[in-house]
Amino acid sequence: MATELALSVEGIDALYGESHVLHAVSLSLRPGTVLALLGRNGAGKTTCMSTIIGFLRPRAGTIRVFGEKISGLLPEAIARRGVGLVPQGRRVFPTLTVEENLKVAARPAPGGWTLEKVYALFSRLQERRAQHAGSLSGGEQQMLAIARALMGNPRVLLLDEPSEGLAPIIVAEVARTIARLKAEGQSIVLVEQNVKLALKLADDAVILNTGRIAFAGEAEALRRDETLITQQLGVH
Amino acid sequence: MTRKAGIAVLVALLAAFPFAAGEFYVNLASQVFIFAIFAASINLLLGYGGLPSLGHASYLGVAAYASALLTLKAGLANWAAAPLALIGTTLMACFFGLIALRATGLGFLMLTLALSQVLWGTAYRWIALTEGDNGLRGINRPAPFGVSLDDASHFYYFALAVTLLALWLMARFVASPFGAALRGTRDQPRRMAALGHDVWMVRWLTFVYAGFWGAVSGLLFVYYHKYIHPISLSLANSAEGLLAVIAGGSGTLAGPVVGAAIVMILKNYVSAYVERWNMLLGFVFVAIVVFMPEGVVPGLKRLWQRSRSRA
Repeated sequence: MATELALSVEGIDALYGESHVLHAVSLSLRPGTVLALLGRNGAGKTTCMSTIIGFLRPRAGTIRVFGEKISGLLPEAIARRGVGLVPQGRRVFPTLTVEENLKVAARPAPGGWTLEKVYALFSRLQERRAQHAGSLSGGEQQMLAIARALMGNPRVLLLDEPSEGLAPIIVAEVARTIARLKAEGQSIVLVEQNVKLALKLADDAVILNTGRIAFAGEAEALRRDETLITQQLGVH
Repeated sequence: MTRKAGIAVLVALLAAFPFAAGEFYVNLASQVFIFAIFAASINLLLGYGGLPSLGHASYLGVAAYASALLTLKAGLANWAAAPLALIGTTLMACFFGLIALRATGLGFLMLTLALSQVLWGTAYRWIALTEGDNGLRGINRPAPFGVSLDDASHFYYFALAVTLLALWLMARFVASPFGAALRGTRDQPRRMAALGHDVWMVRWLTFVYAGFWGAVSGLLFVYYHKYIHPISLSLANSAEGLLAVIAGGSGTLAGPVVGAAIVMILKNYVSAYVERWNMLLGFVFVAIVVFMPEGVVPGLKRLWQRSRSRA
């Protein structure tokens, strides 16, 4: 299939106990592109990520990675099929060194990411390779979280609010990194509250509103439609 | 560099110890070594895996009983009985791990306790096999390469060599990528799963590895005492090991060794002068937990760094 999607989410429902969080959510990520997943707080963005990686089992619907069904599998099996998650709030291993954080995530692939390549991209991490990850700054931890996900050579990279809580200058660095990964052909789902940042990088965009799809289309359409942004996402 | 030099000096001092000390102290040191392996194996689970086991005496006791029974009742030589005892005990750890690791935290603690109580009760009641409360006596120490270990200093060097090898292999295990993964499952199990690790499998392999080293300490234990009693399988023995780890500093390499030394010295040396040594042991633990809640080794390190930064 020439038009095979990198990630396709088809009509998933997800629940926390009795509370219904996602209603028939569908996403399509084309290979080598960035899909922005936008929405207000509590719209279900992180739940959507948790469902894709398998922390939460969807009640209905299917999720596929390059045509291979992954919904219903355990998180470790999903990770092995090429889904890498950079979680919200970084979640590096604080008591492991920077290098150990990278090594535990290593899943070598021919021509893929290695420790050397990751250090070349994030030179700051190389300087701090023997330091405990808990002693890094927020920006460095974010870089480490992204680097850790890359070490697994994911076919699909899920970035959950990478700019959250970072200084503007660091946010710009994160944006440059994402742009570079995209240029290298990485397929990315980018969850963001920072709409400006997300739309700058995205090819396509989806807006979630209380667990339902409120918009799905090209990022360009959103960039031109200020009213839709204001209506769905508040003032920006 | 300084760390390596420090270890070299320490090993040299330990090698010279039997020349300077009397037999009582040489024997005490041998017991510290044996208990240090036991405590270090508990530390793999508690300190690096975040899994508090209250049944680790099972591995010490079963390996000791297996070795005793194989030599006394089956008439095997020590060189044949030892590997069989180690393999059998490790297989038991494989099986116990399947049961205990259905839970973590408090549930894990209770399951390990329950499993070890079954063994303790069996050793007490199955008198035809274990002689119950009388224990098994008449066990001989092995004589590797024709050197009898009945001499106190010979046994000391044997125990020292096994202990250094054990601690080195456990340190290698912890520092390896697998060890990093283990520490990762302790800190954030879900994250490890999302990175593609089978968290259960990481824990189970560690459980089996810790069981193996518990068995090694059990062999040394039975060789040293030439006697085995159900009390070695008891909750008290498991708890003493756990307390040694906590007192010395869990999740550190030196902590269990220091903790083992504290427990053994109190138990064997101080008990000669103080009748209620158990009470003293209790007070020492309370003092450690109050003043150095992270354990003696990290606690002293902290005090040392503070005094240096002040100077």
